[in-house]
Amino acid sequence: MTATTELKNIISEENKVYGKTSVLLDNEMHYCPGCTHGVIHKAIAEVIEDMDIQEETIGVSPVGCSVLAYNYLDIDWQQAAHGRAPALATATTRLMPEKYVFTYQGDGDLASIGCAEIMHACNRGENIVVFFVNNGIYGMTGGQMAPTTLEGQVTATSPYGRDCQTTGFPMKISEMVSLLPGTRYVTRESAETAGAVRKLKKAVKKAFANTRENKGLSFIEIVGTCSSGWKQTPVQSNEWMKEHMFPYYPLGTLKDE
Amino acid sequence: MAKFKGAIVVDTEKCKGCGLCVVSCPTKVIELARDVNGKGYHYAHMANPDACIGCSSCGLVCPDTVITVYRMKAS
Repeated sequence: MTATTELKNIISEENKVYGKTSVLLDNEMHYCPGCTHGVIHKAIAEVIEDMDIQEETIGVSPVGCSVLAYNYLDIDWQQAAHGRAPALATATTRLMPEKYVFTYQGDGDLASIGCAEIMHACNRGENIVVFFVNNGIYGMTGGQMAPTTLEGQVTATSPYGRDCQTTGFPMKISEMVSLLPGTRYVTRESAETAGAVRKLKKAVKKAFANTRENKGLSFIEIVGTCSSGWKQTPVQSNEWMKEHMFPYYPLGTLKDE
Repeated sequence: MAKFKGAIVVDTEKCKGCGLCVVSCPTKVIELARDVNGKGYHYAHMANPDACIGCSSCGLVCPDTVITVYRMKAS
């Protein structure tokens, strides 16, 4: 048997083990090559398909690169003003308590302008899921410094590296919200390897299960990369993330009640 | 001899050539092509198809979900 005929035998519908889920639309993503947003979208879409909750899920998209998330996931969406996604999600879940409501926010949206909204939504313990994508930079606007930018990290607005004397220290949002009594599940994940993606999917599943049982707010932080903002290739930025981001933002579950 | 034979199909026009699948592959099957697609990206392809075990690591890490993975028992 030649190599080509053998390949043809393998490539058939009954041998398919992994492919695009039907929850993801066919639109081509506008994200840069290697962007973590794509992997996170996919993980959320696959869990929605696994749990068969496509008709009952409502997402709230933020301001930032992921503002166009509604073009990629085939569920109901709303789009919030900058940082106000938790407020919109609060209203949605109170009006429609049987729905699975989640917000999808970046670090500029959640940790900076939306800091008050997220803290109070967590404190009230709204029955929603929050996805917080932390890449330490404002990606969409051109790589400016975010509250989560690491000390000494070079960005467009900190060309000599972040100086903590004048700009404060990188904010550990997950640690902050885990102290609030309203949150039920707080975890920090990543999505750079297949193993990490599988762990992320497990966390997403647990968070939606919490919503189903009306348990309160589940907060999932995903440490991601921004290869365009960091001025590195996607593979280099994953290495940089492991070397620099993970020591300051350690992965793992912070709270699970 | 591997117990499973695998194969991947890449949607080459949608691939952005980020190379994350190349480093995620445990058996070093995938490489970026010399050719480029319509957008000018060096798309991923199976450079070494015999080594593929169909583990779907590449599919899981692909941000644009352009990889479909197939697997069958080795005869």
